[in-house]
Amino acid sequence: MHRRRVEEAIFKGLMIASITIVAGSLLSIVAILAWKGLPALNIAMVTQTPKGGYYLGKEGGILNAIVGSLYLATGATVLAFIISLMVALFLQREYIGKTRFAGLVRLSLDILWGIPSIVYGAFGFAIMLYMGIRASLLGGIIVLTLLEIPILTRALDEVVRMIPKDLKEASYALGTTRLETSFKVVARQALPGIITAVLLAFGRGIGDAASILFTAGYTDRIPTSLFDPVASLPLAIFFQLGTPFPEVQARAYASAVILLVIILSISIVSRLLTKRLARNTVK
Amino acid sequence: MTVDQGNNIITLNTVSKKTIVSRRRLAELVSTRLMLAATAFVGALVLIIAIGLFLKARPILEANSLGELLFSSTWRPSRGEFGFFPFIMGTLWVTILAGLIAMPISILGALYLAEYAPKRISALMKPAIDLLAGIPPVVYGIWGLLALAIGGINIGFNVLTGGIVLAIMVIPVIMSVSEEVFRMVPQEIKEASLAIGATKWETAKNVVIRNSLPGLAAATILGFSRAFGETMAVLMVVGNIARVPSSVLDPAYPLTALIANNYGEMMSIPLYDSALLLAALILFLAVVFFNVAARLVLAKIQQRWA
Repeated sequence: MHRRRVEEAIFKGLMIASITIVAGSLLSIVAILAWKGLPALNIAMVTQTPKGGYYLGKEGGILNAIVGSLYLATGATVLAFIISLMVALFLQREYIGKTRFAGLVRLSLDILWGIPSIVYGAFGFAIMLYMGIRASLLGGIIVLTLLEIPILTRALDEVVRMIPKDLKEASYALGTTRLETSFKVVARQALPGIITAVLLAFGRGIGDAASILFTAGYTDRIPTSLFDPVASLPLAIFFQLGTPFPEVQARAYASAVILLVIILSISIVSRLLTKRLARNTVK
Repeated sequence: MTVDQGNNIITLNTVSKKTIVSRRRLAELVSTRLMLAATAFVGALVLIIAIGLFLKARPILEANSLGELLFSSTWRPSRGEFGFFPFIMGTLWVTILAGLIAMPISILGALYLAEYAPKRISALMKPAIDLLAGIPPVVYGIWGLLALAIGGINIGFNVLTGGIVLAIMVIPVIMSVSEEVFRMVPQEIKEASLAIGATKWETAKNVVIRNSLPGLAAATILGFSRAFGETMAVLMVVGNIARVPSSVLDPAYPLTALIANNYGEMMSIPLYDSALLLAALILFLAVVFFNVAARLVLAKIQQRWA
């Protein structure tokens, strides 16, 4: 009896330790970034593009990277959403249901989900070389779209599958087509889940560096066309960290704080929106 | 695209019930075709990437023997010697270490949240875990640099630092899936176990964990394949020295870092870009292997449990 109690106590201790480690890592990440990054953070960082000698520690900011990242992630998320929604709806029972093709598509999505972003980057760049496209906003958006498609489709597929069958049957009983039911009933009912999935994909898109390392390029200017190279926050952090100057490295930490704040806001907005929209769905 | 032009197409000015029906049918038809096209594209994408990577990697596969590419430790691109062994081992060391750290923490933590934790704590941890999962790799890299490699604990740039950073990155992935799996175990069988006098931990161990094994396997594979392909965070803390590590305190140079550091620059050296795309192909094939193996294992386990 005694031994069993001890075992219980030991494992409960280990479990609490595990949770503490997880919570502690999050706190430690936020604390260290705040401590190192906040002193270097100022208004110029978010309102100016780099001036001459910025990477040697002179004036300027990383507005180019902030705007660039928003362009990249927004473009990719819009494209990925259009494709993913079509695929997720098509995976419903009334379209392809449980056929072999559906199984194959889901396997393909699982594999795509697992493909490292650097592989998307290298593949994308090889294709771009072949087609004669330079590193540009367009290239970055295309590669990020590929990266986001499996994340978004899998999330949407799950949301769509949760829609009660009765609801769809009620809709079909009124004589609707599959398209009408998909968009007027399923998509509307799934809206909170769809928003969460889209914001999740946007967050992944804005934070990824490896896929756009070769495909988006880097520039101190804000792009004016799809064919201009574009800067991005993760790469701004990476490049500033790579300079030998402490002032510039401090700006890398400050840039990381900006990126973290963006990610945090996305997560908060996602929670608020989901809660608010959930009121409008049929329970 | 061929659209079925049945008997329902009617001249423009006779607005009748029939035109509305045909318009709805047309929308249904066109949308179905579009959705099929999108789905076929996503389904074929894996194949397109495989073929693309293979075509680009073929020159190096023709120039060097596969055994030499995979098992030689000499990496001298300028002399045409491309031995991937140190990079493959670098990837394995870092990934396995990360898995060894992340697995017990994730599974015990998930068990705590699903079975033991007061509601207040589970409610607090859920957004924390989601947030941790959403933090970008570069931010993890900076944290690893400041907290582990140079500042704070000062363990340097090596497999250990890379493994810890990666572990913390994949913990939220494994943990949230595991927690979900644990919560699916029916209340009744837990109560049955408690009723015959098992302690809470014995119930957790013999009933909850055992019933969740397929799900836990899936969660772990998910975590591993994430760790395996991570690039930026690892690259920033792992040292990037092309030698086979012999302890966790040695630096390593994973395949992902090799591609990130060199692709797009050294294009003047013959076969270099082909070699780097071979690295990408190796990563790709490993991911395919993980996924197919996971499916087979899951199917086997489910068969036994059914």
